[in-house]
Amino acid sequence: MTTADLALHGSPHAPPRGLMRWLTTTNHKDIGTMYLVFSLVMFFVGGAMILLVRAELFQPGMQMMQPELFNQLIGVHALVMIFMALMPAATGFANWMIPLMIGAPDMALPRLNNWSFWLLPPAAALLLMPFALALFGVGSGAIATGWTFYAPLSVQDGMGLDFAILAIHLLGISSVMGSINIVVTVFNLRAPGMTFMKLPLFVWGWLITAFMLIAVIPVLAGAVTMLLTDRHFGTHFFNAAGGGDPILFQHLFWFFGHPEVYIVLFPVWGLTPHILSAFARKPVYGYRAQVYAFWVIGILSVIVWGHHIMTSGMSTGALLYFMYSTMSISLPLSVLFFCWIATIWRGAMTFEAPMLFALGMIVLFGIGGLTGLVLADAAADAQYHHSYFVVAHFHYTLFAGGIMGIMAGVYFWLPKMTGHMIDEILAKWHFWLTAIAFNLTFLPQFFVGLAGMPRRVPDYALQFAEFNMLSSIGAFVLGAAQLLFLIVVVKCIRGGPPAPAKVWEGAEGLEWTVPSPPPHHTFQTRPVIGE
Amino acid sequence: MDGHQRRANLAFALKLGLAAFAMFGFAYALVPLYDVFCQATGLNGRTGQTKAISAPSVVDARWVTVEFNGDVMPGLPWRFEPRLHKLRAHPGQATTAWYRVKNLADRPLGGRAVPSVTPPLAARYFAKLECFCFSRQRLNAGEEREMPVTFIISRDLPAEVSTLTLSYAFFPSETTTLVRGEKP
Ligand code: HEM
Ligand SMILES: [Cu+2]
Repeated sequence: MTTADLALHGSPHAPPRGLMRWLTTTNHKDIGTMYLVFSLVMFFVGGAMILLVRAELFQPGMQMMQPELFNQLIGVHALVMIFMALMPAATGFANWMIPLMIGAPDMALPRLNNWSFWLLPPAAALLLMPFALALFGVGSGAIATGWTFYAPLSVQDGMGLDFAILAIHLLGISSVMGSINIVVTVFNLRAPGMTFMKLPLFVWGWLITAFMLIAVIPVLAGAVTMLLTDRHFGTHFFNAAGGGDPILFQHLFWFFGHPEVYIVLFPVWGLTPHILSAFARKPVYGYRAQVYAFWVIGILSVIVWGHHIMTSGMSTGALLYFMYSTMSISLPLSVLFFCWIATIWRGAMTFEAPMLFALGMIVLFGIGGLTGLVLADAAADAQYHHSYFVVAHFHYTLFAGGIMGIMAGVYFWLPKMTGHMIDEILAKWHFWLTAIAFNLTFLPQFFVGLAGMPRRVPDYALQFAEFNMLSSIGAFVLGAAQLLFLIVVVKCIRGGPPAPAKVWEGAEGLEWTVPSPPPHHTFQTRPVIGE
Repeated sequence: MDGHQRRANLAFALKLGLAAFAMFGFAYALVPLYDVFCQATGLNGRTGQTKAISAPSVVDARWVTVEFNGDVMPGLPWRFEPRLHKLRAHPGQATTAWYRVKNLADRPLGGRAVPSVTPPLAARYFAKLECFCFSRQRLNAGEEREMPVTFIISRDLPAEVSTLTLSYAFFPSETTTLVRGEKP
């Protein structure tokens, strides 16, 4: 073997084959792939659940299921989508891309990385198992409180809740370990010459996500542990009879919950400028401004949680505080939007699938942000809280902002990972069907929400029937459109026109200097970053 | 990665891990902090530490309406209601009101009443001098009892508050909480 070969293929011993390769791998690319595949599977699991819900909501009245099952489906859907689809997808990208982008040979703590991933499948099994147990007459099904675990309902819920608590613990440990790994990698393994202010924005976005995860996931873990001891060991954290306070749970939950919404979006905000700049063939506009905006949003995110519980009987002073602090987050967020638009301004744009998804993300996520401002108004929120308006708001942020942003990233980076170009035509079909069906699904929910339809109720008043029918039709088209995504991804893994090292002509960065697909080991010799 | 780099990585990871543990502890620290905060500000209808009630001998001329409410939580087969649904009191004057409770079950049962005052911001001007909610109540099968609450409203009560509601929720005090699907 020549030295050149060695540089490319790294260590001479090949990875073990078959199942053992995946169980024992410490390679960042393998682990990244496992995260992404897991996320894709869970995306379909969570999607199937909510299609059952939309089928029930297709018409007023109860058609398909008991309210108990409905309650379980909406809560498990949310937990699956947030913790097992969105977050692992972002972590998968982090594993694949951060070492490539900063010129590191691997993640700093490869073994920890393997553990972080392998906690996820047991967590998924724990969360979903109660559904299966109930079929055999054991227990009353999965967690039925919605994803927010509110006490005192959660103190009384069946054993599905205990399973959910354990699942949350595993997921939490997994993401804290993953975050520690990312922080250490970015701090210690940057290529010589890559200063912090030269880090690609995707890495910046993830760095701040990682800090936030380390700060708030343990608070969620604490809150659900208190819940567990309240349920089984006679403590009274949330039990009023014992001197506890159910509202305390809401504060603890949202102290985690609000930062969480930014945790799932920072990676997307990080990757968006890469895509925009590649397809507008212009450098990223306002790099520094975006880094500072990330920091400001990260810090503000832990002091605004009260906007989720404005109707819990806070004083006017507290309401005003949470209202203005929440609204102030839209300022750094607008800085990001401004920089995105300025990046593509007068660029030589082309509209390949990743660019379409990135642009669609910007427009639709913009609607999510603006409707968030409406909800942040304490006076308006008294009316809109717990209505479908909130559901529409957070799907414009989480589906359009989160999932569509992730899909932009998949189409952008998949050729790099597999060495094959994607099927552009199918991918464009996927984009347009997704964008249209998404709006058909969630736009009507703004209106029924404004008109007073409460969320999390399996039946509704007759005047909401038309809009719910539209919404359900949209949801089924949206679900079907995602099968196209699956087809594009599978096709790209199995073959297709070979992708060059620099997959997109306008793309810049270290990751485009290695071949596509990159060899098992990259950057064994560190690249040096010049001026 | 050489050994030096590896040690540096582990040391940093350990520090971050400790930070995560500290945040776990912080969640528990929030429990007493939250109580202190609510009691200091009277938010959340808490009446625990009532702020400087002026000497009882000095009585305000104005009238404040006090309304009474009583609820029994699931799992406690008791009847529980105020004898009077409302009365008028002067701030600064100790006043006593009565609640009536009856155990409908054929076995002795214990319960604990949890008070709250609305509007929440007025809660800190409302002090209970004596109350059946201070201790656990135990009733024999079919027993009926009258229970007093003596309170005093602070003369600092803001002028715009003319009505206060004192509400109790009676919880079963045997800790076995009812689990969904289980027969009581
Ligand atoms: C300027 C930006 C934003 C503002 C002002 C804002 C404001 C709000 C407010 C006030 C609520 C509470 C509504 C209620 O329950 O009555 C809310 C709910 C929510 N928001 Fe946002 N939001 C913003 C951006 C985001 C983003 C970026 C995400 C996620 C990626 C997000 C996700 C959510 C979720 C998931 C909920 C509902 C949680 C639940 O009750 O289950 N929001 N938002
Ligand atoms: Cu929030």
